[in-house]
Amino acid sequence: MVSSHGVSGMLGEDGIHVDMNHLKSGEVNMAINFKDGVILGADSRTTTGAYIANRVTDKLTQVHDTIWCCRSGSAADTQAVADIVSYHLNMYGVVNDEAPSTQVAASLFQELCYENKDALSAGIIIAGYDPRHGGQVYSIPLGGSLHKQSFAIGGSGSTYIYGYTDAHWKEQMTEQEGIDFVRSALSEAIKWDGSSGGVIRMVVLTNKGAVRHLYLPDNGYTGPGVTN
Amino acid sequence: MPGFDFSNYNRNAALHARGVPLPKATSTGTTIVGCIYDKGVVIAADTRATSGPIVADKNCEKLHYIAPKIWCAGAGTAADTEFTTALISSNVELHSLSTGRDPRVITCMTMLKQHLFRYQGHIGAYLVVAGVDPTGTGLYTVHAHGSTDKLPYVTMGSGSLAAMSVFESTWQPDLDRDGAVSLCAEAIKAGIFNDLGSGSNVDVCVIEKDKPTQLLRNYEKPNERGTKERNYRFPRGTTAVLNERVINKEDMKKYVTIENLSGDTNLAENMEVDS
Repeated sequence: MVSSHGVSGMLGEDGIHVDMNHLKSGEVNMAINFKDGVILGADSRTTTGAYIANRVTDKLTQVHDTIWCCRSGSAADTQAVADIVSYHLNMYGVVNDEAPSTQVAASLFQELCYENKDALSAGIIIAGYDPRHGGQVYSIPLGGSLHKQSFAIGGSGSTYIYGYTDAHWKEQMTEQEGIDFVRSALSEAIKWDGSSGGVIRMVVLTNKGAVRHLYLPDNGYTGPGVTN
Repeated sequence: MPGFDFSNYNRNAALHARGVPLPKATSTGTTIVGCIYDKGVVIAADTRATSGPIVADKNCEKLHYIAPKIWCAGAGTAADTEFTTALISSNVELHSLSTGRDPRVITCMTMLKQHLFRYQGHIGAYLVVAGVDPTGTGLYTVHAHGSTDKLPYVTMGSGSLAAMSVFESTWQPDLDRDGAVSLCAEAIKAGIFNDLGSGSNVDVCVIEKDKPTQLLRNYEKPNERGTKERNYRFPRGTTAVLNERVINKEDMKKYVTIENLSGDTNLAENMEVDS
């Protein structure tokens, strides 16, 4: 009856009770490499059980100038982890008078996700551009392992697009090809996955910096495109 | 024996195994909302506090002070919202004294989320944080587990679904002060009338740049108790008197001791039970 390992379990009148009010976010997100850098993309749905707590969530989070991450899993956990990494990368930038590499950022994420694996439910994709290594994509799934990949997908909706992304992936795509790849893959995931939805947000990272894109469901995720 | 005493842990585990339930906290089954407009931000709340099925307070205050231009609406466990806002209010004031600047909404929101995340959701505070600062207008929701959202209009609590339906059907991007206040009041009323956990009156707080913050306590009272049109009091003489016997004081002295009270004759009137 008594929960002996109550991390997310709570003692209720009826024994173990798992809190349904935990906010889940990041149901589909992805990051890809292309010719000139990387592209991150995500849907915008945050849920509490069956209720959509936020339909226009921004799951693409900046942790340094051109290092961003896609958050999926518990909203509270991933925001806390991203805030801590953001703090360390800013300190790194000031102390070394040089921007941190994407790998440094990914290692910081891994340290936090692995050492606190029992308390966290966070699936994070890190993508960044630095002049020395160009665009890079790293994925950290639930257990806290770190994988460098040419493209990564994550969240509950990602299971629907493993086949799609694998069949359509090309190395060294142009920026427009990359945007179309992410947009079509995410709209497919949104179509099939109930816990994904809303708008598609994207961030394009190149030597020119970060550019945000937005694609609305009103016009079948075709626009408006660049938003800054 | 030095050190911590964990014996209560075993007692509580044994008690729980025998089916003793955990003590019940007073929760604010609540509707709280917030909405930004051209020059500022409005937050609003209902005034019902519940303890299980009982209405514990018909006119409680769910709008909490953080700083002169940062206010917070609280849902969830009443004690937790009260104490977390008081704690953060205190720390925000010390921070603003130390930096010599006006406090920012995002600072307050970050302090709240880090405090709540540390307690892993055990502090049941669900908050709407709103205010104006040198950077502009701010409106955030903070959940008990420590996640935050930034939106132009927000709702929280058990009445959040009813309130959100009002926002989603009638909100528009170019609201002015009065439009935002009436929209928030309308959203709270949707919670009051359609959610069992919410009820009584509407409290509103308006925060605008270069203007003193207005706390409109009981801005609307849509549940005022009306005078009853009929009563069930029977007129004198309804019950027939079958017989009557008068016993005077002298006769009663045979059976009981009678003592006269000096001075004040209506002591009972002065014994106030309720303030």
